[in-house]
Amino acid sequence: MRILLVEDDAEVGRFVKKGLQEAGHTVEHVPNGREGLFMAAGENFDLLVLDRMLPGGIDGVRLVETLRGQGNHTPVLFLSALAGVDERVKGLKAGGDDYLVKPFAFAELLARVEALGRRPAVDAPATRLKIADLELDLLSRTVTRGGKRIDVQPREFRLLEHLMRHAGQVVTRTMLLEKVWDYHFDPQTNVIDVHVSRLRQKLDKGFEKPLIHTVRNAGYMIRAEP
Amino acid sequence: MAPPPHPRPGHAAGRPPPHPVRRRVQQHPGPLWRLLSSTSFRIALLFATLFLLAGLAFTGVLWWGTAGTLERQIDAAIRADALALAERWREAGDDAVAEAISERLALDAEDQTAYLLTAPDGRRLAGNLEQLPEDYRTDIQWYAMTLLRDGIPGEARLYVVQLPDGSHLAVGRDVGEKLRLRALLTEGLAWSAGVAILFAFAGAWLLRRWLEERLIPATATAALIAGGDLSPRVPLAGRDDEFEALGRSMNTMLDRIAHLMEGVRGVSDAIAHDLRTPIARARSRLEEALETSDDPAALKGALERGIADLDNVTRVFQAVLRIAEVEAGARRAAFAPLDLVPLLADAAELYGATAEENGQTLRTEWPKSLPLTGDRDLLLQAIANLLDNAVKFTVPGGTITLSAEMQEDAVLIRVADEGPGLSAEDRQRVGERFFRADSARATPGSGLGISLVRAVVQLHGGMLWFEDGQGTQPDYPGLTVCLGLPVA
Repeated sequence: MRILLVEDDAEVGRFVKKGLQEAGHTVEHVPNGREGLFMAAGENFDLLVLDRMLPGGIDGVRLVETLRGQGNHTPVLFLSALAGVDERVKGLKAGGDDYLVKPFAFAELLARVEALGRRPAVDAPATRLKIADLELDLLSRTVTRGGKRIDVQPREFRLLEHLMRHAGQVVTRTMLLEKVWDYHFDPQTNVIDVHVSRLRQKLDKGFEKPLIHTVRNAGYMIRAEP
Repeated sequence: MAPPPHPRPGHAAGRPPPHPVRRRVQQHPGPLWRLLSSTSFRIALLFATLFLLAGLAFTGVLWWGTAGTLERQIDAAIRADALALAERWREAGDDAVAEAISERLALDAEDQTAYLLTAPDGRRLAGNLEQLPEDYRTDIQWYAMTLLRDGIPGEARLYVVQLPDGSHLAVGRDVGEKLRLRALLTEGLAWSAGVAILFAFAGAWLLRRWLEERLIPATATAALIAGGDLSPRVPLAGRDDEFEALGRSMNTMLDRIAHLMEGVRGVSDAIAHDLRTPIARARSRLEEALETSDDPAALKGALERGIADLDNVTRVFQAVLRIAEVEAGARRAAFAPLDLVPLLADAAELYGATAEENGQTLRTEWPKSLPLTGDRDLLLQAIANLLDNAVKFTVPGGTITLSAEMQEDAVLIRVADEGPGLSAEDRQRVGERFFRADSARATPGSGLGISLVRAVVQLHGGMLWFEDGQGTQPDYPGLTVCLGLPVA
């Protein structure tokens, strides 16, 4: 992906740029909002990673509002030290697609970047999701593996759906909390792990190949290959 | 521009204080300027003006009353005199009238009267007037004229009667009395105006003294507080007037500020105290790894633990800030009507799996709907925190109960666990930031969960309290945390 990173802190900027490049992305890094807006409006990017507080008169929120006003709908991920609930809402209202609070683990950022960058590709009204021999029927809300019906609770269904929509990508615990439970706080204990391991037991019981994989220090991923 | 007499330490580094000239003018005005610019002077001035206006109105009424009466009296006397002379003319003719006129003129030592009798051809027959008024018309009887008294002209009124044979009789009187009365009233008014202005100044001075005296407690308290000591309060005398009300509201405000300051101090103490430990731990681990470990795997492990420690620091920090945010009350803007039931269900669902994993049972109990006005995210987090605690402390095989019911005007939420419970002293302290009961030391946690719950409950105007649990095992009496949230 071609990513524009607008971040005024040189150290954070360097770290993020290096990390994203190592993950195989092309990254342009500018240190202020004015240049950021210039670049974002003038060139094509798959994703913008914006700091909210930026020097140069144009902060992240203004930048996104301006872009959206011009009809530019490049996905935007906010990086911000402003952690208040309202701040997050403000960022998303302005047109941001995701909001990550500093300090963050790079794995978290990467997972969100990849989720955003590839997001709308399959937004076509799919009625079935399929990974290896696992099938999810979105209409009848049923799960089958190898033709065998698996009973899941509604929340487990949503959890699985989210994982399958991002098949092959890392999905972090906080992403699951936000997207599946609509819960925007740090739950201190790893309640999510329990839910995932229960789902995993249901899916993998009696099958040789596990589908849900734990990615160390990051989160979970559903994929066919071991 | 002379430097200020007492330069403030903050400006000692050469930067002049903002608007030094204006400041000085405001700080050291003359006493007269101070009096003139004071509110009390303005109030006194207002009263003096009102007093003067009232005086003017009163004098006006007096003038119209007295001068009018005087005029009427004079007019009546003139008319009576003229009628008497006319009667005499009818009875005895011109000569008798001329005689009567000269008699009257002879008696009038002060030149207050004027008479004229003319023949039908206009010739003067008697009297001290030369002729009829120049603007004489037969249909007008009253005229104003100037009468010389001791050589000084004075105002007079003249009444002219036409006698049946065409001759005219004119009778006039000096009205100097009226003018003297006017002068007297004007003089009186001038004096009272002077006195009113004098009263205005004296009143302003007295009022100012009195106001200052009543305001001294408030200003002195404010000055002390500006000096940095937050403890003084405005002394209240127990009178029920405006100044007491001002003092009371100042005290309420100061209490609130002191409370917030305590909160801030609490946060900074907490940060200083409880973040130091994990930071120190992370630091020593990293340092140790740097010094001693040549083994790349061990080094990597140490780095990972260091990052985990830092994450923990961030988590605590985040929780402290969130509590401060909630306590500041800024989130009230996000209040909206909501149903508590799906929220409780979400929380129970989120923690149900963990409870099951621990071999605990999570029982839930609530009516169909629990309407409430509040902040969904914060309430969810509060319930989640309580469930988190309950799951942590309940023994395996124990039961956790999350229940809610609608009472008269509040929703009562209970989270009952079967854990070690809390002693009476500890219950007092739960909710202080970072407080952790001795029995909880072994379990992970920051000691901030209940602080946040308390802050959320307070934000919603509700109550948080603890009741004994219904634990069945002797060592695990359990604890029930109760939240009462007002519906409106």
